[in-house]
Amino acid sequence: MKYMLLINAATDADGQAVSQCTFEDWQVYDKSVKDAGIFVTGHSLADLTTATTVRVDDRGERVVTDGPFAESREVLGGYYVIDVPDLDIALDWAARCPGARDGGSMVVRPVASFED
Amino acid sequence: MFREERGLLLAALVRRFGDLDLAEEVTSEAIEAALVHWPAEGVPPKPGAWLMTTARRKAVDRLRRDQAYAARLAVMQVEADRAAPAPAPDGELPDERLQLFFTCAHPALPAEDRAALTLRCLAGLTTPEVARAFLVPSATMGKRIVRAKNRIRTLRIPFRVPDPAELPGRLPGVLQVVYSIFTEGYAASSGPDLQRLDLAEEAIRLARILRRLLPGEREVTGLLALMLLIHARRDARTGPDGDLVLLDAQDRTRWDRALIDEGTPLVELALTGGPPGLYGVQAAIAALHDEAPDVATTDWPQIVALYDVLRGLAPSPVVDLNRAVAVAMRDGPAAGLALLDALASEPRLREYSPFPAARGDLLSRLGRHPEAAAAYRDALALAGTEPERAHLRRRLAEVAGP
Repeated sequence: MKYMLLINAATDADGQAVSQCTFEDWQVYDKSVKDAGIFVTGHSLADLTTATTVRVDDRGERVVTDGPFAESREVLGGYYVIDVPDLDIALDWAARCPGARDGGSMVVRPVASFED
Repeated sequence: MFREERGLLLAALVRRFGDLDLAEEVTSEAIEAALVHWPAEGVPPKPGAWLMTTARRKAVDRLRRDQAYAARLAVMQVEADRAAPAPAPDGELPDERLQLFFTCAHPALPAEDRAALTLRCLAGLTTPEVARAFLVPSATMGKRIVRAKNRIRTLRIPFRVPDPAELPGRLPGVLQVVYSIFTEGYAASSGPDLQRLDLAEEAIRLARILRRLLPGEREVTGLLALMLLIHARRDARTGPDGDLVLLDAQDRTRWDRALIDEGTPLVELALTGGPPGLYGVQAAIAALHDEAPDVATTDWPQIVALYDVLRGLAPSPVVDLNRAVAVAMRDGPAAGLALLDALASEPRLREYSPFPAARGDLLSRLGRHPEAAAAYRDALALAGTEPERAHLRRRLAEVAGP
């Protein structure tokens, strides 16, 4: 079963990540996910200030804006998709991720399967 | 007999097929088949195994009929069989209910669904019975149970017992579910009756099963002890007209000696061999009440000390409230009242009728009747059941005067 682990980093008032985790912490985690043979895909996202939003309005016109900016205390910083047997194991992996610490949180969602 | 067998059967089938819905359907069908065949042919020598064989056969039939289902389940079944070989068809049922306890109480399920699912799957209550237990319409409860089962399936919440290393983190959730069933039975949050004895008894039954499955877990023992020692007072807690009777006015000869005698040694077990747990300490408090011939000779210093321990384990304004009442019994109403007044700003106590009720009691014992009356009026506005309101109205009349 595939689960997506959404990494929500806690940020301060200026939108800067407050995590105490080092680059090495993330490397260690990344390596452990890959060594366990459960890694499907995953990326770390660039800073939230680099985000661009596009909407298509009623007339079919595109509206492109910069942002979103951090309105909440947590911003999506990246994700993993892992393939593990059940939710408990997915939660274990999410809990081990540096993104779960220092005020951040991990949201675990099963990837929908339309095969059955 | 079927109720006990049903939980066992369901747990074994969930283990084998990994699907709660399928397991429930074939369990019911097997029991129906038994009700048809056994009166005519006699009860088989191993009724549990007979039910298991029947249910498994029905499950396999169902899988054959439903190809899509079968494809999905085939995987699970192989996994389940690999994890633990199926029991011999003529053997006794293995007790797999512990897994079901942990699944029903999984933290990924909404808290309100956990108790409902536990009553449905482990206590063997029907959906209308569970609905009655929580005073919601049957259709609403049906939807909630379906939602919970879907969540178990789509998230793939596992049917398994946590590793010993995980147990301390997961067991409190299971105990909480059982205790919440009990507390709803002991002091219904709403409705006409003060107590829902059927629910309290279900919770005790579940705790007995849990203790059989986890005999070494002291908090399981503590929870069972706590519930037995509180349930022992059930008959004395209501007056002839269904009114609430508080501890100090209860006829202690109506307390259930058998339950007290069963619960008291369990308290000792729960408190032996390590730091005390939440339920063990509360059971010890309940035991001190149950052992005392009356309120005056109750060991209040010991009860205050136990509340201090409890406060260290799980600080909460409700514990502080109960401790303040115990202090009032040890040191007099003024001492207790000072502690209560210090809690007045607690948001959790503002909506909690026992808080103004306790203030009213201490104020009236201090002869401050107008203030006591105001406190009882506050409590009346918050009380959830009619027997509680009747009790408060009576107390209000006593202090309000002509």
